[in-house]
Amino acid sequence: MQNLKPILEQYPDGKREYLIPILQEIQESEGYLSQKSVIEVGKYLNIPTSKIFGVATFYNQFRFEPQGKYHIQVCRGTACHVLGSSTVLHEMERILKIKAGSTSRDGMFSLEVVACIGACGLAPVININGEFHAKVTAASIQQILDQYKNTSPVDSEENQSNS
Amino acid sequence: MDFTIEINNEQVPVIRGELLLDALNRNGIKIPTLCHMKDRMPTGACRICVVENKTNGKLITSCSVPVEEGMHIDTQSSSVAEARKTIVELLLSNHPDDCLYCVRNKNCELQNLAEELHIDDRRIRGQKNDFHLDVSSTSIVRDPSKCILCGRCVSVCEDVMGVACIDFTYRGSKSIIGTTFGKGLNISSCINCGQCIMVCPTGALTEKNHFSEIQDALANKKKTVIVQYAPSITVSLAEEFGMEAGLDINGIMNAALRKLGFDYVFDTSFSADLTIMEESAELIQRVQKGGIFPMITSCCPGWVKYAEEFAPEFLPNLSSCKSPQQMMGAIIKSWFAEQNNLRSEDIYSVSIMPCTAKKFEAQREEMTSKGISDVDAVLTTREFARFIKLYGVDIHKLDPEITDSPLGARSTAGKLFGASGGVMEAAIRTAYFKLTGKELLKFQIKELRGFAGRKETIIDVDGLKLGIAVVNGIANAKKLLDEIREGRNDLHFIEVMACPGGCIGGGGQRIGASMDDLIARMKTLHQTDAKESIRVSHKNPEIIELYRVFLGEPLSHTSHHLLHTHYMERSDVLK
Repeated sequence: MQNLKPILEQYPDGKREYLIPILQEIQESEGYLSQKSVIEVGKYLNIPTSKIFGVATFYNQFRFEPQGKYHIQVCRGTACHVLGSSTVLHEMERILKIKAGSTSRDGMFSLEVVACIGACGLAPVININGEFHAKVTAASIQQILDQYKNTSPVDSEENQSNS
Repeated sequence: MDFTIEINNEQVPVIRGELLLDALNRNGIKIPTLCHMKDRMPTGACRICVVENKTNGKLITSCSVPVEEGMHIDTQSSSVAEARKTIVELLLSNHPDDCLYCVRNKNCELQNLAEELHIDDRRIRGQKNDFHLDVSSTSIVRDPSKCILCGRCVSVCEDVMGVACIDFTYRGSKSIIGTTFGKGLNISSCINCGQCIMVCPTGALTEKNHFSEIQDALANKKKTVIVQYAPSITVSLAEEFGMEAGLDINGIMNAALRKLGFDYVFDTSFSADLTIMEESAELIQRVQKGGIFPMITSCCPGWVKYAEEFAPEFLPNLSSCKSPQQMMGAIIKSWFAEQNNLRSEDIYSVSIMPCTAKKFEAQREEMTSKGISDVDAVLTTREFARFIKLYGVDIHKLDPEITDSPLGARSTAGKLFGASGGVMEAAIRTAYFKLTGKELLKFQIKELRGFAGRKETIIDVDGLKLGIAVVNGIANAKKLLDEIREGRNDLHFIEVMACPGGCIGGGGQRIGASMDDLIARMKTLHQTDAKESIRVSHKNPEIIELYRVFLGEPLSHTSHHLLHTHYMERSDVLK
């Protein structure tokens, strides 16, 4: 975990209403909300960590695990849904043995569900580290993932977790 | 009464500002509730208390809407009935169908509502959730799949206990009451008080039961199984068998315990007297040698864990005395074992407590000696009642018996431990005598009795003015600690009990007890104190004997070894 001081210092009077902006900044800089960060924010704002976790899990935007080497976004927008993105997501979860919102144990892949990413013509679409994969089917997922397993990430520095 | 409103076509007098629910209840109309808690901020979360506002035809939650002039309310309209029924049907739609296997069977608010609202058909089938059972805690088991998200546990944990180790997490159909990061309760800041169990309408929160271990021990011929019971059990157990609240069935309980197969039956009130001997000596030592003030009691394991987590700077203030449960455990496995030629490993020591935190306390590392626990298993009042039923003991047909000697006699001071203010009263009686050589003229310290969250008084001990405070409900303790942190320095001795009213309102007591029941329990303890002759711990003949033959004197080397302990800061919990 990095030092949270520069972030917390921007909110010198430590009021409760700063909770969400603080969490957003931490996620921005760390990529996720670590246990230690949550504890430190709790101390700073004098809010029990259970409450912080309650607030953070209410919103889809917060992550509690570092992103994988490859971050997979599965689009669950309307067009993708109609063309079978729920099967894609389930197959993805099955192969990676993780649920959406978490990261595989080896740190290679993390999975996220997103609403429409504006590529409805390519539905069902997934995005892996910025690369789009069009018309994905349950059958094609293994092949796509294998592709990444065997290569180094395109822009590893940007996406690699700093845990 | 300030004005009238129309309820079901009748004019009904109401008080300005009161909640509609209170007005309805007072006027003989029962309204079902789930999330509602008396005297707590209404949340209106479950919506089961809806009534129809005839003026606009809308359904309103009576628990959260105050009465208004000109109100026309219908509590029996078809839309009210339909709404209530649908709410319960929806709650049942994802609820596990295992009532027969649930510890709250026949004592479940959801089950009762389903019956009252005539739910006889499975109209709505929902997806069952697959939340994991949390068995990580030594005291409390959480089954989120039985949770109906009423939020009562969250409210009591935060507002009454000041702990807030659980909250609503996630959203929508994935909502779950959980700890920080969804971790086990054991690494949360939970103090094991069990007040969440007391308010849970279903079986989502229960105590970790120690049934099978105790059954095994009772069946094991090589084990000598010894039981002790806390002062408040004798005045609350009767309710579990349909008898009146506050009835003291001490003698019948002794008989029942022997019928269950326990080899020796002891009263924890005896070791409460022992605690008083040690604790008052500690107070006097602090007075005479200039120790740390205020001294704070340490009998309540919920409070002790709270202090370790949230107020570690006060740990030196805590009395080093073990709680009565642990003192009894230690004496049983040392002196008593030796007297009866028993090896401590062949003794199985059970305690019956009004408390779930005692289960935690019993397994603390500091409460063991050479790897052997002072107390092996702890039963709550509820478990004890189930135990009696399981073994087919009809307590209505038992003749009263007395406890075993020599660890069975008690003073009424020890008995007072069961109610808020009791430890303090007992300690003051003995400290007063030890300091002045005279007994306190009037034994009762009325200022310290009752259910108020905080009680304070000054005791004049021959010119020495002792500032005394008694708090119950950790949130009240927290406020007092904050005052001390800010410089308050007129207090010498503080009693803290985690549960409202003290142990009579403990997290292991009967679920569903009313405030009147608690008052009755407290009254009985105070009556016992008024009518018996040995009213101070230092006059308990068996205590005097134990010091004579074994311990020497309070704070002796043996006492320190067996009866005192230390505390540790817990910075590693998720708080």
